[in-house]
Amino acid sequence: MRQFIAFVKKEFFHVLRDRRTLLILFGMPLAQILIFGFALTNEIKNAQVVVIDHARDDASRHIINRLAASSYFEVRENVMDKNRMEAAFKEGHIKLAVVFPARFQSDLNHQNHAQIQVIADASDPNGATTLTGYVSSIIQDYQTELNEGNGLPYRITPEVRMLYNPQLKGAPNFVPGVMALVLMLVSVMMTAISIVREKETGTMEVLLVSPFKPMWVILAKAVPYLLLSLVNVLSILSMSVWVLDLPVAGNWLLLFAESTLFIITCLTLGIFISIRAKSQQVAMLISLMGMLLPTMMFSGFMFPIENMPVPLQIFANIVPAKWFYIIVKSIMIKGVGLEGIWRETLILCGITLFFFVISLKSFKIRLE
Amino acid sequence: MTLREPVITVENLTKRFGDFIATNAITFDVYKGEIFGFLGANGAGKTTAMRMLCGLSVPSSGRATVAGFDIYRQTEQIKRHIGYMSQKFSLYEDLTVAENIRFFGGIYGLSNHQLQSKSKALIERLGLQAERGKLVGELPLGWKQKLAFSVSILHEPRIVFLDEPTGGVDPVTRRQFWALIHEAAASGITVFVTTHYMDEAEYCNRVSIMVDGRINALGTPSELKQQFGEPSMDGVFYQLARGAKRGD
Amino acid sequence: MVSLKNITKTYNHGTVKAVDDVSFSVEKGELFGLIGPDGAGKSSIFRMLATLLIPDKGSATVAGHDIVNDYKLIRSKVGYMPGRFSLYPDLSIEENLDFFATVFNTTVKENYHLIEDIYVQIAPFHKRRAGRLSGGMKQKLALCCALIHKPTVLFLDEPTTGVDPVSRREFWEMLKRLRQQGITILVSTPYMDEASLCDRIALIQHGRILSIDTPQGIAAAYPNSLYAVKATDMPRLIHVLSTYYPHMHSYLFGEVIHLDARGMGGYNLPDELTQFLTAEGFADIEVKPIAPTIEDCFINMLVRHDT
Repeated sequence: MRQFIAFVKKEFFHVLRDRRTLLILFGMPLAQILIFGFALTNEIKNAQVVVIDHARDDASRHIINRLAASSYFEVRENVMDKNRMEAAFKEGHIKLAVVFPARFQSDLNHQNHAQIQVIADASDPNGATTLTGYVSSIIQDYQTELNEGNGLPYRITPEVRMLYNPQLKGAPNFVPGVMALVLMLVSVMMTAISIVREKETGTMEVLLVSPFKPMWVILAKAVPYLLLSLVNVLSILSMSVWVLDLPVAGNWLLLFAESTLFIITCLTLGIFISIRAKSQQVAMLISLMGMLLPTMMFSGFMFPIENMPVPLQIFANIVPAKWFYIIVKSIMIKGVGLEGIWRETLILCGITLFFFVISLKSFKIRLE
Repeated sequence: MTLREPVITVENLTKRFGDFIATNAITFDVYKGEIFGFLGANGAGKTTAMRMLCGLSVPSSGRATVAGFDIYRQTEQIKRHIGYMSQKFSLYEDLTVAENIRFFGGIYGLSNHQLQSKSKALIERLGLQAERGKLVGELPLGWKQKLAFSVSILHEPRIVFLDEPTGGVDPVTRRQFWALIHEAAASGITVFVTTHYMDEAEYCNRVSIMVDGRINALGTPSELKQQFGEPSMDGVFYQLARGAKRGD
Repeated sequence: MVSLKNITKTYNHGTVKAVDDVSFSVEKGELFGLIGPDGAGKSSIFRMLATLLIPDKGSATVAGHDIVNDYKLIRSKVGYMPGRFSLYPDLSIEENLDFFATVFNTTVKENYHLIEDIYVQIAPFHKRRAGRLSGGMKQKLALCCALIHKPTVLFLDEPTTGVDPVSRREFWEMLKRLRQQGITILVSTPYMDEASLCDRIALIQHGRILSIDTPQGIAAAYPNSLYAVKATDMPRLIHVLSTYYPHMHSYLFGEVIHLDARGMGGYNLPDELTQFLTAEGFADIEVKPIAPTIEDCFINMLVRHDT
């Protein structure tokens, strides 16, 4: 045990003394969150919106005022008819149109139910979803206000129409994606590189010729990265809560437990790579091409898996990040408990076990 | 040397890294066709000095010219007129003998015609006809080093810098290597060489010994042996370097 | 203490023969040198003895244990210093030593007496990172790390390669002191002049052992008489000698030329040669019979092999 602790301590020295490693470790999550959070943000400010108000009554006026008051929209009112609106969409002048039917208020008053048509330019799917989302929530607010002290609830249904990309699926949320990405990078690449580095410097030879069990060498290498990755999880989550105002709906503890599981999956992958790779470059290349790329492509974080050809959909199943992405999304956004994600959790456990066993099998107690 | 035409002049050349003085005001000349042994303990500052002379590192102060070019301003010209070979990097192991010759000749702007005749002559001189198409990685170390040296002087540089060219080479090949060096020197190429083999110091026309960033001895091997009252260069070196204070 | 029987090791599926039918043994407390150039197979032998490689053929034991089956027992008893720099460059001297002590299940304190002589030389820099040490200091630290668990056998693969002559000499002084403490040492080097510092040596080239004996024994077995020749204009001298005496091997050796007088048994070579060289226009001619060094022996064996 004393040996193990000494090893872990040494590993921490390596990490803390290498500025590049430190930068990747702690700079990257920060940069990712900021890039995804702000530069590639789903939040859109001052989007050009036209309102076509066939009703011109109190209710429609009220909603239009609210739209105009929000910082998301810049409302141009009643300037166009339907044909000109479509032309404006095509030319990209406007992002969204809100159409009130002629009898908006009276529908509301007499049937307790009215419809608003929301048309969005979905060639930018993320932007479209976000904008329609904003509109819906503004309408929702108004509806809640109307219903106060009222026996029969009023219902306003925004009828959303997506132009150009009608199959658009639910809003991708990047925080779970960034978490998968960062953990993958830190755990797989860093572990792989740090083990291969010992091969390159010749220290692995000395370690092999020591009474310290070779498998312990590998495990001791994994421990610091497990801890550092957990720090990363914590920093990503706190950034998403405090900086991006994205609360965690589900259980924090469960989220941490699942993250730990995913980190261990990544570590076994990293160890597996390091056992096979001969040089740091090879380890880096395999980690980047073989791990990072599939994580970006097949986790569902950037591209919806449902839209992919079937072979790729099947392939996506062996990408651990896909399962982790589902898990994190479920816990963070939907607030699901273990009962809703046990299947994904089991799959991750399976993948981990698989790589652990083949790493153990292919680990060499000698040089060749 | 009858002409004593200097091809390297160094005056108070100094290189500092922070408050560490790697090379401390060294001064010497090297003459045309001379084999100049540049000796010193590990960390004495040899590598730093050599890098400055090859135009790879800018000095902190002092003056120096190599092949008549200033090492501050004319590094590009210097690079065109020198050859360089070290124990660590010499040739591409995954290219064949002929490809390596072509490549390095090409870098120095030899024409196709020149390349052809020179590489033929080179391969014949080294007796490598049968190995032309072999990967350099498959050659024994001694052959690699001989080939690397020949390639480094293919473009007929005025000076060739050799950084521990014979490290780990067997004693017979080592002597063949030195025969090549003597041949090159006889053809007018100045040879600037570092080595840890003290018998090789004897093969140099003149030798300088660096200790802690300074040149503490400079002269022909027999002058140095006389000056320090030692029967061999090994003894001279030991006397000088034993007092060294620092490592790199 | 160490014994090899007909060990052969090949790489790349048998195409490259690194070690070819090598047998030798090292006695307890001996300082044994494997002398040969790079690529002779020294590192492969060391790695097999350190249980890092399995031989294709033959068997070997270290401290009585088989290198293949009992590798675990061997690993706890040997100290191994690989050829390349094998310390953590980003850890300090102190941290490196502490780490290796712990990994080998001991403490620096426990075996400090073993390394004290060596460690005091680098102790003033104990906070310095190993990556910033000079070649000589690195070797000393690596030696400390290999010694810290009190091994019974020490394998040192080219510990002095690339190290300057002064540090090399110091390093050998340390090895001598270690041998006095009863540690068996197997060391390899490409520097022939270090051979005379060993108790026994094996000369090795192309994976084969050329000769095994004490340095004195190897020198005494030199088959011919050897002369050192010196005159003005050495470059012309070597040329003249090899032209007019092609059957005798002559080569530069420091400031003199060594002349192997093969087949010249009946002649009074110094006188004849002096006459001949005077006639050739040389001055200050010196021809002296000399005792061969290990390097001469090695050269002689290589030349005989080739012809």
